[in-house]
Amino acid sequence: MLKFTSEHEWLKIENGVATVGITTHAAEQLGDLVFVELPAAGKSFAKGADAATVESVKAASEVYCPLDGEIVESNDAITADPSLVNSDPQGAGWFFKLKLANPADADDLLDEAAYKELIA
Amino acid sequence: MDDQSPLLKTPLHALHVSLGARMVPFAGYDMPVQYPLGVLKEHLHTRAHAGLFDVSHMGQVIVRARSGNNADAALALEKLVPVDVAGLGIGRQRYGLFTNDDGGILDDLMITNRGDHLFLVVNAACKEADFAHLEKHLGASCEVTPIRDRSLLALQGPKAEAALASLAPAVASMKFMDVIATPILGVECIISRSGYSGEDGYEISVPDETAEALANALLAIDGVEPIGLGARDSLRLEAGLCLYGNDIDTGTTPVEAALEWAMQKARRIGGARAGGFPGADRILAELDKGASRRRVGLKPEGKAPVRGHTKLYADENGGSELGEVTSGGFGPTVEGPVAMGYLPVGHAANGTTVYAEVRGKYLPVTVTALPFITPTYKR
Repeated sequence: MLKFTSEHEWLKIENGVATVGITTHAAEQLGDLVFVELPAAGKSFAKGADAATVESVKAASEVYCPLDGEIVESNDAITADPSLVNSDPQGAGWFFKLKLANPADADDLLDEAAYKELIA
Repeated sequence: MDDQSPLLKTPLHALHVSLGARMVPFAGYDMPVQYPLGVLKEHLHTRAHAGLFDVSHMGQVIVRARSGNNADAALALEKLVPVDVAGLGIGRQRYGLFTNDDGGILDDLMITNRGDHLFLVVNAACKEADFAHLEKHLGASCEVTPIRDRSLLALQGPKAEAALASLAPAVASMKFMDVIATPILGVECIISRSGYSGEDGYEISVPDETAEALANALLAIDGVEPIGLGARDSLRLEAGLCLYGNDIDTGTTPVEAALEWAMQKARRIGGARAGGFPGADRILAELDKGASRRRVGLKPEGKAPVRGHTKLYADENGGSELGEVTSGGFGPTVEGPVAMGYLPVGHAANGTTVYAEVRGKYLPVTVTALPFITPTYKR
């Protein structure tokens, strides 16, 4: 199940675990990333809390936790090479895997059609 | 600046939009922060090839002695800047600072001796105040004439000479800080061999009505790309150059800002025209004995950029606040974070480690000589 937030994150949800990243649109808006800081596995976040930081040459931006949950894995490949987020934001450039506290909360997120309308 | 007033546009505004620039408010103008290439690649392109910058928002002003003798204009301007203006040769340019009575910096500027007048370039955000300052203090002896019908383009990078010489052959033999008047596309332009990137290059004062044609002619040359304010900032930061309002302001003195090189011997104690500028007591004393704090280069040891206003501490757990970062970000040529800021002299020696507070962590930062890159000025 692929879901989106109005803060330009995508979630691919399988068995109560969401793989989370930023959308192609967000990656284009941020420009070339030069630094990514990810949360450690085991850390819990509430929906809307600052979970990760991305920086371009010019500015730092926060990536929010899209739903309540606990980090089970983060993608070291993008901290080693932040440009992966620009080249493949909705694939190899994923940020972290989040074990959802309440998987049913995902129902309230945007589907792909609604997200496309948001950024149109 | 009134945030409610409509943004001004430079004569190149339509060109920026047509090139796909992302426009942002800057110093009251709607300016390109980046083009589709993006800040990172625009920065690297400028260091490898040539970048064209619209800096028409900056202020240009002519100071002409009422006596008709340009030496009188130079001596008049020396009352406002701790700079040797009288000793500046015809066709030469020099960096300068307007100081206030407390020794703080009102603005930084470029001063050119154009033979029968002085030509100044000042910062966009300060220009109206600078024009008024000049009129107030120099008006009795000089005509102060803001130039409101000329644009300013900068062409920077290793291919700048070949590109501009294809339109104006005379620029090829210029040296760093030379200034000439020469026709381009049939109109007289004032060209300096200087800039704000750490690269060889030029700044071109061109009549507004010819600015877009000149920009298009330069952009048509292989290797020339339009570059926005984002890369202008990262280029100047790597080059160790101050941004007025960030790294220098009325709360910093020239000596604190490590700008002693901008104050020549003639204006120092024992010099032919020592003192006689606002704040001279404090500035001359600091030139003699040093200031209590100093602007330094800062190299974060990790990968995380350390941005402006980040606090700096002596201890790795955040004890003993020392000062703050005034400019910081990622240096694309350095391939890592770079910054500058102010530290007490006891912590300002190269190699000293201090700690920057970033998102609740204290990251080690090493005091480093500026610039971060090797400039390629054509001396």
